[in-house]
Amino acid sequence: MTTAIRKENMDVNHIKIEKLNLWYQGTHVLKDINVGIPRHQVTAIIGPSGCGKTTLLRCINRMIDLFPGTRAEGRVLLDGFDIYERGVDVTAIRKRIGLISQKPVLLPMSIFENVAYGPRIYGAGGRKKLKETVERCLKTSGLWEEVKNRLKEPATRLSIGQQQRLCVARGLAVEPEVLLFDEPTSALDPMSSMRIEQEIVLLKKSYTCLIVTHNIQQAIRIADNVLFVSEGELVESGSAQEIFESPKKAFTQAFIAGSM
Amino acid sequence: MRRRVMETCFKAITCAATGIIVVILLTIIWAIAAKGWHTLSWALISQAPTGDYYMGGGGGIANAVVGSIYLGVGATLLALILSVPVILYLRVYADGSRFANLIRGLLDVLWGVPSIVIGAFGFMIMVYFGMRASLLAGIVTVAMLELPIMIRAIDEAANIIPRELDETAYGLGSTKFETAVRVIGRQVLPGVATGALLAFGRGVGDAASVLFTTGATDNVPQSIFTRTLLTHPGEALSATFLKPASTLPVAIFQLLNTPFEAVQNRAYGAALILVILVLSASILSRVLSASLGKHIIR
Repeated sequence: MTTAIRKENMDVNHIKIEKLNLWYQGTHVLKDINVGIPRHQVTAIIGPSGCGKTTLLRCINRMIDLFPGTRAEGRVLLDGFDIYERGVDVTAIRKRIGLISQKPVLLPMSIFENVAYGPRIYGAGGRKKLKETVERCLKTSGLWEEVKNRLKEPATRLSIGQQQRLCVARGLAVEPEVLLFDEPTSALDPMSSMRIEQEIVLLKKSYTCLIVTHNIQQAIRIADNVLFVSEGELVESGSAQEIFESPKKAFTQAFIAGSM
Repeated sequence: MRRRVMETCFKAITCAATGIIVVILLTIIWAIAAKGWHTLSWALISQAPTGDYYMGGGGGIANAVVGSIYLGVGATLLALILSVPVILYLRVYADGSRFANLIRGLLDVLWGVPSIVIGAFGFMIMVYFGMRASLLAGIVTVAMLELPIMIRAIDEAANIIPRELDETAYGLGSTKFETAVRVIGRQVLPGVATGALLAFGRGVGDAASVLFTTGATDNVPQSIFTRTLLTHPGEALSATFLKPASTLPVAIFQLLNTPFEAVQNRAYGAALILVILVLSASILSRVLSASLGKHIIR
């Protein structure tokens, strides 16, 4: 009952970005971004190469902090809580907002330990619970059937498509609320890409998903909302239907037409 | 045509250089083996020298063999305990900073300091604390000798770990401590095995640093694995570590210093044991490296 009430009270936007500006070594990389990211939907960030898509994504879980010489201004609100507020525990934010990167990056451990890494550092439960979590996450990412008999093997023995799904499972095991995907299929073959796309569509039931993609077709297939970014500015945002079928700005139209 | 000639020449040069190195190494080992082989015996490694050993009498150099093992293993363990945190600091906490590069520079300088100077420094510290020449003083001094080698060797291995791995760990909400210990620490394990081996080889083969600090004695160091260790650990440890000890390099030096050829040949036997010791450490480190490196990302 209480959860139902809470859900009603919850803003439709899971994340709100307000007046976000970012400088990297003196260059103004992101310019005055204002946008809301709806809960439990897939939002795609599209735009030309080097326009700041990935940077915008990395601002949302403060991965940007890892690059010396960056300065962010403005607010990124996660359910009303400003993640850029002074004294915020960055690790807690990254627990709530997971990132799946472009290329699968494995931890130097077995398949099981890769997924168990997050629950282990957060000290979640005993061995039995850990096993359950790993199994559940691998099932969600669609890898369980392929690896259930080889969990102790080094994760490096998996194919690259499997590795990316392992990274998804590892991200899920942390139990985040938001999943950020940074061009998750750009290193994968078409079959593996399709599987990841299908996963993302399934994942949005439980998670708010943001995906940076170069592939307009991919955005059309899976996105509910689209942010079009160019030269660090948010040119246009809206539902996928609006952006792809009747974009307001000529530049957006040209970009989509050019990409297709 | 020109490119083909270049290709052939370059290959010839690389092969020749490798060949020269192999020949030099094999010659050294052959010279030691040829002269030392017939002096090798069970008595050599199992018996302490008798009073007239250095004049051709009976006995062996068990004192130096056991002393060298204690010294080499002890110093390498001590150096490891100090090195690993330094490496994780340089790689995780001070990554890319000027301070880290300054420390690397200092370590490189320290690497170049002659071991006799490190030995003199160790001696100074020993005198300051009022210690006598002892296995412990030798272990501390040799650890100082090993530290720069170990840290720089492992540091190079740590430095080539892609920064994406750190990002991934941070992305999962890891703290720097968790990233250092659970991720970077694991990935660098094979490098640790190699670094420890390099340092062990350098430490166990060095004579100058232990000359004044460990001293020389005909007594075999008392084993630490005695029942006293359980009942009176302090006494047991001091009976081993606070007594002077002999080491293989010092024994070689003493044996070569005699005017008798038969005794000098025993030095080659001792040198052969030293080579075998380092070779065993090398094999051990490779085995360890392979098993520790099963999961690492290549």
